[in-house]
Amino acid sequence: MIRARTFTDARQQSHSNAELNWWIFMRISGLILVFLILGHIYMTFIQVSEADATFDAVVSKLSNPAWKFYDWLILALALMHGANGARYSIEDYVRSRPNRAWVKGIFYTVIALIFAFGTIGLFAI
Amino acid sequence: MTQAQITPSTPATAAAMMTLKVKVLRFDPEKDKKAHWETYEVEASAGDRVLDVINHVKWYVDPSLTFRRSCAHGICGSDAMLINGRNRLACKTLLRDVVKKSGDTITVEPIRGLKVEKDLLVDMEPFFDSYKAIMPYFINESPEPAAERIQSPELAERMAHSSNCILCACCTTSCPIFWVNGSYLGPASIVQAHRFIFDSRDEATQQRLNIMNQNTGVWRCRTAYNCTEACPRDIPITQLIEEVKRAVMYQQA
Repeated sequence: MIRARTFTDARQQSHSNAELNWWIFMRISGLILVFLILGHIYMTFIQVSEADATFDAVVSKLSNPAWKFYDWLILALALMHGANGARYSIEDYVRSRPNRAWVKGIFYTVIALIFAFGTIGLFAI
Repeated sequence: MTQAQITPSTPATAAAMMTLKVKVLRFDPEKDKKAHWETYEVEASAGDRVLDVINHVKWYVDPSLTFRRSCAHGICGSDAMLINGRNRLACKTLLRDVVKKSGDTITVEPIRGLKVEKDLLVDMEPFFDSYKAIMPYFINESPEPAAERIQSPELAERMAHSSNCILCACCTTSCPIFWVNGSYLGPASIVQAHRFIFDSRDEATQQRLNIMNQNTGVWRCRTAYNCTEACPRDIPITQLIEEVKRAVMYQQA
């Protein structure tokens, strides 16, 4: 191993399983999302006609906590899966350290806001 | 006795010469600001190698053309180049595999992602730095047995592919992640690490897996499969990288 001379070198060499855990997460969440979203598509586009999908129908369906959890799981997994995929691209392509810091900062803020609004919207119904 | 039967025997394959245009991306650091294309006309037969054509240009047309080659038999791994848009060894590529007929063009460029020093010659130091980072040497501190360290054919088979690597850099310089981010160790280093990680006689497996588990290691691989397509030794590189990923997972998780 190349001997660490600076703090950044040392941090690069420090041992952490973060990347491994994200890699496993990507595989598992991807697999779960396929079924969640196929079910979601079935329920929104095939099971009901466009005319039946009124505000009241959606509210009454979401009054069941199981459906609330189902939708929230799609929201959370899709956001985390997408955010991590975008993080991979940012780390590959944005090479300057300060640029990477603010690009990631803005990106994570947007993701957090979408997650917060989605959760509030879902549980406020 | 008629003479009709006696026809001069012309071996159809040997004599068929064709004229090719060889387009080389040239760069002279002392004169040029940017690389530029230069075209040479060369006569060659379909059984010649791309290296023969480039050698012809260097020896008889323009001696300033610079490129690496040593053994010219696909063993040393010196003459990796981007030939017709694919990373290949110039000494292992026959003309009949890259051109169809006389008058066709072959393009030859330096491999990408490493700094071009002159013409087709690139700075290989970053490549070998990441090679050194994976400790590419046999480590076994336990006392030596009286004879050799024995390995069964089954265990030798596990590192059969990865020990074929000749470090030509075809894979690493075809990797899109390596192009944009040189801090990635690259497929060649991971294949070399695989060779020691899956060597039953080597004892530094844990250390090497830790190097692979870093942000710059196997997790940068996005399975683009460019390396597997480029490898002149037909090593299934992406599959080997996945094997290392799995080894990291089962050792650490």
